[in-house]
Amino acid sequence: MSTKTHVTCIINGDETDFLTEDGESLLNALRDEVGLTGAKEGCGTGDCGACSIIMNGDLTASCLVFAPEAQCSTIVTVEGLADGDHLHPLQQCFLEGAALQCGVCTPGFLVASKVLLDRNPNPDDTEIRYALAGNLCRCTGYDKIVRAVKEAAVQLRENGKVQA
Amino acid sequence: MTIAEDPATTNPGYKWVGTRPIRPDGFEKVTGRAKFGADLYLPGMLHGAVLRSPHAHAKILSIDTSEAEAMAGVKSVITGDDFPPAMGKEKDMASNTIARDKVLYEGHVVAAVAATSRAQARAALDAIKVTYEVLPHVLTVDQAMAAGAPVLHDGMLTKGSEPAATEPSNVASRVIYQGGDLDKGFAEADVVVEHEFTTKPVHQGYIEPHAAVADTTPDGRSTVWCSSQGHFAMRTYSAQVLGWDSGRIRVIPAEIGGGFGGKTVIYLEPLAIKLSQKAGRPVKIVMSRDEVFRATGPTSGSRMTAKIGATKDGKITAADVHLWFEAGAYAGSPVGAAAMCCLAPYKVENFTIEGFDVVVNKPRVAAYRAPGAPISGFAVESVMDEIAKSIGMDPIEFRLANVVEEGDTATYGPKFPRIGYKETLEAIKNHPNYQEPLGPNQGRGIAVGFWFNAGMNSSATVNVNEDGTVNVLTGSPDIGGSRASMALMAAEELGVDVARISPNVADTATVGFNDVTGGSRTTLATGGAVVNACRMIIEDLRGRAAKQWDVAADQVEWVDGQAQMVDGSQPPLSLADIAKGWARTGGPIAASASLNARGVGAGFSTQMCDLEVDPETGVVTIVRYTTAQDAGRAIHPSYVEGQFQGGVAQGIGWALNEEYVHNADGVMENAGFLDYRMPVASDLPMIDTVIVEVPNPGHPYGVRGVGEVGIVPPLAAVANAVDSATGKRICHLPLSPIRILDALLEG
Repeated sequence: MSTKTHVTCIINGDETDFLTEDGESLLNALRDEVGLTGAKEGCGTGDCGACSIIMNGDLTASCLVFAPEAQCSTIVTVEGLADGDHLHPLQQCFLEGAALQCGVCTPGFLVASKVLLDRNPNPDDTEIRYALAGNLCRCTGYDKIVRAVKEAAVQLRENGKVQA
Repeated sequence: MTIAEDPATTNPGYKWVGTRPIRPDGFEKVTGRAKFGADLYLPGMLHGAVLRSPHAHAKILSIDTSEAEAMAGVKSVITGDDFPPAMGKEKDMASNTIARDKVLYEGHVVAAVAATSRAQARAALDAIKVTYEVLPHVLTVDQAMAAGAPVLHDGMLTKGSEPAATEPSNVASRVIYQGGDLDKGFAEADVVVEHEFTTKPVHQGYIEPHAAVADTTPDGRSTVWCSSQGHFAMRTYSAQVLGWDSGRIRVIPAEIGGGFGGKTVIYLEPLAIKLSQKAGRPVKIVMSRDEVFRATGPTSGSRMTAKIGATKDGKITAADVHLWFEAGAYAGSPVGAAAMCCLAPYKVENFTIEGFDVVVNKPRVAAYRAPGAPISGFAVESVMDEIAKSIGMDPIEFRLANVVEEGDTATYGPKFPRIGYKETLEAIKNHPNYQEPLGPNQGRGIAVGFWFNAGMNSSATVNVNEDGTVNVLTGSPDIGGSRASMALMAAEELGVDVARISPNVADTATVGFNDVTGGSRTTLATGGAVVNACRMIIEDLRGRAAKQWDVAADQVEWVDGQAQMVDGSQPPLSLADIAKGWARTGGPIAASASLNARGVGAGFSTQMCDLEVDPETGVVTIVRYTTAQDAGRAIHPSYVEGQFQGGVAQGIGWALNEEYVHNADGVMENAGFLDYRMPVASDLPMIDTVIVEVPNPGHPYGVRGVGEVGIVPPLAAVANAVDSATGKRICHLPLSPIRILDALLEG
């Protein structure tokens, strides 16, 4: 019998625990054990960003983190972006700007965009494009994604919700 | 639902068509709720894994699964022996799903296992012992057609060859389109340009790997959840490979994370069904990205020649085009479509287009967005650019001088109905970007593209709820916003608010047959079925109102979502009013419509690429990109623009970076996103779109397919722009920095 590790962490504001094999990725643990399937495996090698989460404040490819490393960490996934039934401005702007087609990369883009806007409330196009260069989208050509992030930045600045 | 201001709508007569509501499936997709192929979990579910050939070409001498079967946690193991013999017209599909006596490419499926954990499934694969006799392999069309080349398929005689083939070869078929007299045409030319071109296989690059869950019950029936472009096709193909009746399989569509043609074919579904049957438990198989690259559909690599002649005032006199396309391991490259499309935008009397479908030891090609047309378009549009340059003519004026219009006969046979090609050329000519000055080391490239678009079979069911809200069911997977389009067309027909329409993608057991979401056909054909079902509903509603008013049905008309007396003598009845009283007028209100779509409208796109070449490194930066495409009618303009932009981005990747790299052993060396370099956000500028709307006379709203033709022009538009920037005509893709640098250093 394989031995499993017990991991306790904060996920989307809630204390959460799960059992995992030591060699398992945090992405698989989130999906298989915790039941949060918003983060996707697009490559398993950290090249596509579909598995993006925020771990201790940093944008993180959860496919490259061993699940036991999440012990005592604070994690935000796409499921934690909305405030109850109130969408985050990024989510609302992606919807209104048609910034998704198939939608499988969308969770990763939203998470990466949130980290960008948390740190830089007023990015220009180039800063947005470089901040999102770790996230692959094959459907949109990125045009509407960049516009949606810009519009969300405007709304967040107007709402004064961006952390200084 | 919020409606953005809509600058693209050209018909103010429509209330919903042409508006931009939030897509109905959007909320699930921005909150992480949407269930894609890999997101389904069932109680007792096992993890499947697939053993693949490490060799490009080998005989399978034996497979010993006994050790794997004995391992703890391993619940089932399958090989080709678990399936009926591969034969008949589905022989290639069956052999590609799981190899029998021979493997034909690195990554070809040899066996599969299901176990209680991923780790256990992987360990079981390692315990399967396969003995191969490695055979010599071929990787390119030239290797495959060389004298003495190993023949992949015994008995493959070239179809369509003249004289008839008598010896087996790797050339599966030959197609030819001809018109006029080539020698006469070239004799009339003042300028003749000829080049040889090559392109590499490229992958569709959908971000979601293939995934399937199957639950096969002891009565021999199976329910399958999978991500595909057509769950009815997955059912049909799986049944054929298994030798089952289709009715034994129910396929429930997951959300699909991109396909671009690559998810119109089966890979995992029959394996999961069979593993589940043997194990007596549900089985999930999810491909890794490595497997996606090595074993699923790239599109063809190619070698091509194009020789075109024109007079000095810009009239094309002759075109001679020859195409050799890699099919991968089994016949079926898109060379036929490539041949049909490449000269379609031109009025040319004297032409020959010849194409060869050539098998090689690489993964079997699958459809990729306008299959074949970008490849042949690269050759023809590059030569057209050279001709325009050599006679000193603007590249758009040159196309306008040879433009096809309504009534002209296409090089592939039929006469064009009303098309919007000329309008796309004029849209680029009149675009402010066309006047933007170019800086040092910058160049501008123009190219055009044609794609047929498809019709095929679709079904829809419209159910009115008891409060007058409406459920629309189709069987077409929504790959980029089609539910939004279905809802808009239903709202327009019924005259109700689009927010009261719920569009759904129903499974194979709950809605009529639908062909795949492919060929840019869904808004046209499945949308057509929705429109027809809504019209049946309206007929029914008029009859019910007439009954209530005790008048003849022709005294009742349906206006703005209400039944009205023609003479206005009764207060109108809304859809909700009639639904509320349906028990008195004949029961629930529902209609189903099925069709084989006619009246398909062809798609044309004209594109302009402005780029800068770094003379020190050969690196290309796209500085501006402009695309004009005829949509016929944009039902939801945002998603039409999205299709244009997505096609362009894929085409730019194809032009600049993407390629399959195989080593001498036939093993793919760049089977990951780090080394197979698709465009990222920092590689691209905004992509400026012009939606041209020349309504398709064959569709109630004038819809043309919009998904595919956008990827046809970019390959040549980029190459033409590189030529404009550097004076170097490069005929081999990708236009990687090293290739451009080599061209620059040649002097």
